[in-house]
Amino acid sequence: MVGARILLESLKKQGVEVIFGYPGGQVLPIFDQLYDFDVKFILTRHEQGAAHAADGYARSTGKVGVCLATSGPGATNLVTGIATAYMDSIPMVAITGQVGTHLIGNDAFQEADVTGITRPITKHNFLVKDVKDLARTIAEAFYIASSGRPGPVLIDIPLDVQRADTEFIWPKKISIRSYQPTYSGHPGQIKKAAKLISLAKKPVIYAGGGVITSGADAELKELAEKIQVPVTTTFMGLGGFCGTHKLFLGMLGMHGTAYANHAIMESDLIIAVGARFDDRVTGRLDDFAPGAKIIHIDIDPSSISKNVRVDVPIVGDAKNILKQLISEIKKLPETALWLKTVEDWKKKHPLTYKDDSALLKPQYILQELWDLTKGKAIICTEVGQSQMWACQWYQYLTPRTFISSGGLGTMGFGFPAAMGAKLGFPGKEVFNIAGDGSIQMNIQELATCVANKINVKVLIFNNGFLGMVRQWQELFYKKRYSHTPITSPDYVLLAQSYGAVGMRVTKRSEVRAALQKAIQTKNTVFIDFCIAPEENVYPMVPAGQAINKMIEGLA
Amino acid sequence: MRHTISVLVENKFGVLARVAGLFSARGYNIASLAVSETLDATISYMTIVVEAKDEKVLEQINKQLNKLIDVITVTDFTHKDHLDRELVLVKINYALKDKPRLEAIFNKFVGKVIHHKDQIAIIEAVGDQQQIDALLKELDKFGIKELVRTGKLAISN
Repeated sequence: MVGARILLESLKKQGVEVIFGYPGGQVLPIFDQLYDFDVKFILTRHEQGAAHAADGYARSTGKVGVCLATSGPGATNLVTGIATAYMDSIPMVAITGQVGTHLIGNDAFQEADVTGITRPITKHNFLVKDVKDLARTIAEAFYIASSGRPGPVLIDIPLDVQRADTEFIWPKKISIRSYQPTYSGHPGQIKKAAKLISLAKKPVIYAGGGVITSGADAELKELAEKIQVPVTTTFMGLGGFCGTHKLFLGMLGMHGTAYANHAIMESDLIIAVGARFDDRVTGRLDDFAPGAKIIHIDIDPSSISKNVRVDVPIVGDAKNILKQLISEIKKLPETALWLKTVEDWKKKHPLTYKDDSALLKPQYILQELWDLTKGKAIICTEVGQSQMWACQWYQYLTPRTFISSGGLGTMGFGFPAAMGAKLGFPGKEVFNIAGDGSIQMNIQELATCVANKINVKVLIFNNGFLGMVRQWQELFYKKRYSHTPITSPDYVLLAQSYGAVGMRVTKRSEVRAALQKAIQTKNTVFIDFCIAPEENVYPMVPAGQAINKMIEGLA
Repeated sequence: MRHTISVLVENKFGVLARVAGLFSARGYNIASLAVSETLDATISYMTIVVEAKDEKVLEQINKQLNKLIDVITVTDFTHKDHLDRELVLVKINYALKDKPRLEAIFNKFVGKVIHHKDQIAIIEAVGDQQQIDALLKELDKFGIKELVRTGKLAISN
């Protein structure tokens, strides 16, 4: 069997349902095999779109996303997508063609050192120089991508290896001596954690993306309800705890709710589950939660004690550890008084915005979207203000319903990611919450959506600005709007020219009907919402400040 | 402060780049690095001397190294019994009349002459950091023209 065929047979063995990619000179043998191979292949209009689509598929389904590109520019176009997946620990396998082994290092046409380029942004990568290693390498790549703390893995396959012939032998079991992730938590540490919890007066659970990766949402809920402790999630953790639950505080950090930030700052115990104390969460580190002891549950030891000092580190899988922790807690903490304090904060500092009948407010659009979908939709986002509003004004009830680039903050992510999510869940409504800046970064994927009948609904919050940067310029650079005003095409005509449906909404009264129409439309829909041009995202913690030093202005 | 760590890695294509890349990407400094195959040809042994301002940084270096798929084990020698040695080759200005002076040095310090031609001698010395530093201080009196060092090798005892 030739290498190209071995690749596809191996992907089949891994249960791959869909591949996103783009052909080119150094992957011709693979595309020749794809011609009549039984797997869904989605031809994107840009390799970056393929990488983000594979990522969106992975985030929504929990399975490994797969993308495929040619050597050189095809591979370098994947780079942003791979880095995006890496920062958010998303399981992905990227396959790239490479020039023939005899040409490697010769500056051949469309040659790039892709394993070199992607080394710092992959969990691991491989250059397969011998076709005999190919099947095992693919099996290892999927294993590495999906186990432990997941991440993207790249396999670079030279042209001659794709053509070379060998017997297809699929490995029965994959075991890598230098890679043995820890899944079960240390019992002694769990006992210590249980004791700290029993004694706490003002505990907070701080849950991150690890809860979603691990599938620990049910255990998280059980723990929170058992010990009656408020829960805040990170951006990546949204959906890991029910967004309408009484104990939920919303997201914390730079654009988190005031009550989540106050609660974490005043707490005497932080129970961190699958979160990494990122700078957008902690604000100024020296001032972060000064009175709190910290229990940190994470599968990646290097996440622990990286940014904050941790009192009880527990390395392992969140689901396993939470289960053990729940049964280990015998004496419940007394939190009634604390919960009342938190409730008071909720009442005193609610999320709010100044509604205005003359101006279309993005928060209002999201409230209407929530009202129409009640958390059953998958919400993807681009990056910036629209993304932060989507965190604040839509409630995520279950894991994998909020899909957004967190760590890397990649503009242009949302639209192709929404395509991937829609392919993962054809029966669900998939929305992409976009700004007029971000949507123009991967707008070419409209063609992919229409050609493949991937009916995603793109809600463009069009304010004529690169809004988040403009907000910073307004607040910290004396309103010197340097290169943040941005023009757009006519999105209605643009959508139509691609064969999609375009709508424009300028008034508050038109929002609901437009959303309803979009939901009913069996096509890709772009809605151009002409929103208030200088609406800001609040609350906001200025960079380098403690997270309870928020600007809570009403815009 | 400098710390010596050893890293057992899979003897695979690109593994040195992975380790070196990790240090540069995360802003850690390598003071010296020595790599070679072990008895098991599938495994290489690296001795790395790192500059770490505190224990926290050192802990992160250990953890980040362990996170690399090709890294088998990481040993931090900071609080562990170990022996370490370094090999240096030193080119000095030397004339025959200097022989007694040099021999006196070799009576007290590590080192020997391995090559002598014209007005130049090459000294080889193996020792720990202190011994090497002491020797170099003495040799400096002759005028050191060139110096190469292997970087530290360390082994537990």
